[in-house]
Amino acid sequence: MGCGVFRAGETRPEHPAFPLPFGKQVTITSEFIVEPKNNHSISAVKFLDVNRYFGEVRAVDGVNLEVRDGEFFSMLGPSGSGKTTCLRMIAGFDRPTAGQIFLYEQDVSRLPPYERSVNTVFQDYALFPHMTVGENIAYGLMIKKVPRLEQSRRVEEMLELMQLSGMTGRKPAQLSGGQRQRVALARALINHPKVLLLDEPLGALDLKLRQQMQSELKAIQKKVGITFIYVTHDQEEALTMSDRIAVFNHGRIEQVGSPAEIYEHPRTPFVAGFVGVSNLVSGEVATRITGRPEPFSIRPEKIHLASQEENPGEDQYIVDGVVRDVVYLGLYTRYMVELEGGGDLVVVEQNLRTTSMDVLQSRGQPVRLSWHRDHIRRLGA
Amino acid sequence: MLSRISTYLFLRPRLVLLLLLGPPLLYMLVVYLGSLFALLVNSFFYLEEFTGLIVREFTLRTYALIFNPANREIFFRTTLMAAAVTVTDALLAFPLAYYIARFASPRLKTWLLIAVTIPLWSSYLVRVYAWKLILAKEGILSWFINLLHLNPILDWLLSIPAIGGSSLSLSPLGMFIVFAYIWLPYMIIPVQTALERVPNSLLEASGDLGAKPYQTFRNVILPLAFPGVVAGSIFTFSLTLGDFIVPLSLGNSKFFIGQAVYSYQGTGGNIPLAAAMTMGPVVIMVIYLLVARKLGAFDAL
Repeated sequence: MGCGVFRAGETRPEHPAFPLPFGKQVTITSEFIVEPKNNHSISAVKFLDVNRYFGEVRAVDGVNLEVRDGEFFSMLGPSGSGKTTCLRMIAGFDRPTAGQIFLYEQDVSRLPPYERSVNTVFQDYALFPHMTVGENIAYGLMIKKVPRLEQSRRVEEMLELMQLSGMTGRKPAQLSGGQRQRVALARALINHPKVLLLDEPLGALDLKLRQQMQSELKAIQKKVGITFIYVTHDQEEALTMSDRIAVFNHGRIEQVGSPAEIYEHPRTPFVAGFVGVSNLVSGEVATRITGRPEPFSIRPEKIHLASQEENPGEDQYIVDGVVRDVVYLGLYTRYMVELEGGGDLVVVEQNLRTTSMDVLQSRGQPVRLSWHRDHIRRLGA
Repeated sequence: MLSRISTYLFLRPRLVLLLLLGPPLLYMLVVYLGSLFALLVNSFFYLEEFTGLIVREFTLRTYALIFNPANREIFFRTTLMAAAVTVTDALLAFPLAYYIARFASPRLKTWLLIAVTIPLWSSYLVRVYAWKLILAKEGILSWFINLLHLNPILDWLLSIPAIGGSSLSLSPLGMFIVFAYIWLPYMIIPVQTALERVPNSLLEASGDLGAKPYQTFRNVILPLAFPGVVAGSIFTFSLTLGDFIVPLSLGNSKFFIGQAVYSYQGTGGNIPLAAAMTMGPVVIMVIYLLVARKLGAFDAL
């Protein structure tokens, strides 16, 4: 693959779209860091009718999937939806009951983990407690009998990339959660895997650190140009980082697409409900609003909340109701509106000009809800 | 009333600590360490040979006795036996502990752990005598070896001066077999506990990073199980060092430490020498623990 090679000591300018964390430029000293490449025509991982049963339970049920080379791909779904099992089958910790898994066109379905050029960042980090940070990171190289000198050179490099310089001699127990996270990442990346698997790696971190690590991860992925497959149940995380997302439910894939596609054009009621918050409207209420009984979804932020005197335009759907509950959330306010004639809708409005006093007084007020006809997603009955 | 006591105690955590720790601490200090201290004191007295009375005066002459060739040999022999038993038990225990910790189903695990500890439910003395019968010249083991026509090997083993004897039931070799059997549970349990505490994800991570199973075993499992092996070895080593029943019932005329202590304090009436002899294993154990710490056995604790 035609990738740019950086020579020792060269400083790579920051990628404008993905500024590096900590506002610091990183000096790249290795041939390992390559030009961001998006060779999307090559398939990195392919699932062909993959099934995995645990006794009677169909953990993974007929999954077909293609992850492209250089992509940040997320598997999103609630717990028990089969996303982690899929990841474990790519890593080789688990084998499909039926079907095949390809890694760059090679069938790896029956290969043990140590014969696959993928590496994993575990949910609990799985750092070796009896080894130092340096020994942990060098583990893969030590196993491959890479000469000592090169081992320490590459470890130093990874430590710098991960902002961990000076931590070589520490034991994992002496590190903070975020640092452990980065050691786990370094330990995997130092092996130059073809695909990096991440199993909810940010789950144990607090919100602020998680957000910081999200942008950091994305920046690192752009930098090293390796395919990342990221398992998460956090839809915001998936939307933030991914090039594409696969939404899992009950061992099946509900939809694959870019974050915008998934969010704006959910293809099933499950996707509409799981990704972001959605109002699912069906049956009689749907008929009353749109004149058709087909179920549809509408995002809370698309709904406009006004007094009942107001008259929205022709291109709007309109429904009247009463504010039953108000939750003031600082940046925005969430209203629960009980519709006239039954059913309710969640509406979110930014607090542009309103204060908490204003919004909390709206409880019990009659309101008129309206939204543009184009903003509903019909979800096929 | 009860709630008033609870509230009273809730507000005084130090008092609760005192109530909880006081009695066992008192017991530890008086009975446990006290007796050890009495032992230490006695070891600095000496036996007046003409009168046969103990002279309660500070002296090191009893300790000097320990270093005469006969006693030195006893220490050497016993330490060697303890080391052999410990190594053997570690080798026997590891595979079983590994199976119990990593592969056995919860049900099977319970049964295996019961099986491992069942011998501890019966008297140790009875088991030693049972082994004496098993190992006797006309015992079941001899019969079995006969059946396999392996007598020449047994005879050859028994003819080796340091470990042999007239039969398995009267030889260091037989003692070694019985020691290894008797202390085995004390090795299996700590090793199994240590292995149990190794999360599966560590083994997966090792494989994920390219390590074949034997490499994972050497680089991850073994180092993490090592504290368990050391804990087990403390039991097997110190129990063998101090034991007198096995040498008494299966040994020959060559003494072991426990046996020597037993005879000095009993028939010999030489309490100071018995006490000094007892300090021997204590010193050996201290050295043993220091070496274990040097090897990093307690780093993971």
